[in-house]
Amino acid sequence: MAVSPAPAIEKIPVTVLTGYLGAGKTTLLNRILSEPHGKRYAVIVNEFGEIGIDNELVVGADEEVFEMNNGCICCTVRGDLIRILEGLMKRKGKFDAIIVETTGLADPAPVAQTFFVDEDVQKTARLDAVVTVADAKWLAARLRDAPEAKNQIAFADVIILNKTDLVTPAELREVEARIRAINPYAKLHRARKCDVAIADVLERRAFDLDRILEIEPEFLTVDDHDHDNDHGHHGHDHHHDHDHGHGLKHYHDEDMQSISARLDGDLDPNKFMPWINQLTQTMGPNILRCKGIVSLKGDDKRFVFQGVHMMLDGEPQREWRPGEKRESKVVFIGRDLDEETIRKGFLACAA
Amino acid sequence: MTEASTSLTEHVRSLEAGENVVAAAFLGDAPALALAEGQIWLGGDDPMRVAAHPDAAILVVAGDGQRLLTGGDDGRVVSTSPAGVSETLADEKGRWIDALATRGGAVAWSAGKQARARDAAGVVKSWTAPTTVRGMAFFPKGYRLALAHYNGLSLWFPNAAAEPTLLEWKGSHLDATISPDGRFAVTSMQENALHGWRLSDSRNMRMTGYPGKTRSLAWSHDGHWLATSGADACVVWPFKDKDGPMGKPPRECGVRPSRITQVAFHPRALVVALGYADGLVLLCRLGDGAEILVRSPAPEAGAVSALAWDERGSRLLIGTDGAFAGLLTLPA
Repeated sequence: MAVSPAPAIEKIPVTVLTGYLGAGKTTLLNRILSEPHGKRYAVIVNEFGEIGIDNELVVGADEEVFEMNNGCICCTVRGDLIRILEGLMKRKGKFDAIIVETTGLADPAPVAQTFFVDEDVQKTARLDAVVTVADAKWLAARLRDAPEAKNQIAFADVIILNKTDLVTPAELREVEARIRAINPYAKLHRARKCDVAIADVLERRAFDLDRILEIEPEFLTVDDHDHDNDHGHHGHDHHHDHDHGHGLKHYHDEDMQSISARLDGDLDPNKFMPWINQLTQTMGPNILRCKGIVSLKGDDKRFVFQGVHMMLDGEPQREWRPGEKRESKVVFIGRDLDEETIRKGFLACAA
Repeated sequence: MTEASTSLTEHVRSLEAGENVVAAAFLGDAPALALAEGQIWLGGDDPMRVAAHPDAAILVVAGDGQRLLTGGDDGRVVSTSPAGVSETLADEKGRWIDALATRGGAVAWSAGKQARARDAAGVVKSWTAPTTVRGMAFFPKGYRLALAHYNGLSLWFPNAAAEPTLLEWKGSHLDATISPDGRFAVTSMQENALHGWRLSDSRNMRMTGYPGKTRSLAWSHDGHWLATSGADACVVWPFKDKDGPMGKPPRECGVRPSRITQVAFHPRALVVALGYADGLVLLCRLGDGAEILVRSPAPEAGAVSALAWDERGSRLLIGTDGAFAGLLTLPA
């Protein structure tokens, strides 16, 4: 596992914007570029013509992916992004952040992995979040016929469920349940014409190990109020504290799994480190993303990690507070994962 | 850190570049610096700035002493004369110029997958590579180019109808270079390695072990050595005999706790100029590894990003990505 050194300079944040064609990525992009927030963006897109705003820092990318020469088919990298980031960094003072828009069928993994494997990229840029825009009306159909659509949902840190005005409240809850079956952890926002708050999309620090405070699934809610009214929502999350186990559809996706395992108390670092490394090396191709906050015996700091396929990134974080319950939790999202073996392996790491 | 027995620091004069230096070269007899924000600083009696790429960044540079070629993120390939006059040789309509090379009067460049070669008469030929061409190098003889892209190196005769020959090796190939005797091709890769081929039989050669990417490569004047950046020492590969570097360990010189970012072989002697990430510059004699300090470390002024000797080897031009530039004049 690569242990992150302390960042010496402020790295440029990069937001990856993904989603099926027509879901509303371009709408969101145009909103970000036209709002008077004072930030300047460099945008990397697949097709030049779509951006409505005159933005000089728009670069066309071909989404050229290459396989690393290590024999692993999941170790793919967006070489064109490395080249473009290198070129953009020559004009570093001209922008504050970068947005990378991927095409509808794109697999988010190579984009994310690019930020793990290239030293030059790592020195100057940091992956901020993967934001997926989904079309509330068509997502269910997309999930049936396109594995890429499912990957984009599974990979996301933020999901914007757009065009909610085109579906009924029941249909909306249904599609949200399907999303949750694939990805219980992403922040989900409802939107019309991608009218989410920009702060919900940018500067998320989702890959910042420092910011992994907890890994809790976002609970679906069954609301009584009428969502057809326009309350002037800007896609805020609907969170309620009361317990609700009834009237809520729980879906299990037919191939995407999310596995979480937890135990009270410490793990033995001499068992846990080899285990997590070995697991990601052998099951890497099947694990889309993983995350964990663990308590290590003999260490007063929480150890946090996150990974994309085989690439793992981890470091000691803040200290356990006095009176705080020391516990360890890991989550995996992927396909064809042997849940039993993973749980057993994790529990065997107990100190 | 190795103690230098003598120092040339007194012989380095600062130049007012004012901007990050992308490349250094001599244009006519004057030092020239290609700057990140699109200008060329031309030294000489009356230093001047040439706005070769207004409002754009210079991405790639090539020169032959007679003219300085620059490729920008404005999609233009510009040629600048020693008098400071620029002309546009090509306009790729906003697509970044990713690679640039020149030899004799010929110029070659790439924009995305499009590779183009323009001969001395101005005739342009094109070829579409399988992926973006990241590096280009002319062969020392004949009108032929080596083009680096994903998974290999394509050898292209622009004037021939036949498809280029592909030398395959998996991964992302960045810079390309051909040995002065035309026997070997070498590329730098994204994965912190060099790859090479002996052209007579397409035999693969792997040069690995680098802690970082090696993006600066330089041949010695006699073609026997290839100096490379990317490590905390200059790794110099032997290319003299028929097997080239195969089966032989490289030489190392200039070992110190900072990574080498730029290398430049002296045009007449087996001496290599080394520039480091912390800004230090030194000269290293290959034979005995003797070192002379040219510039002390100055990390706040950036990593060395450009090094170029003049034709006679009496002056060394230095630039950093922290906007420092200097000219060393060797004492007589």
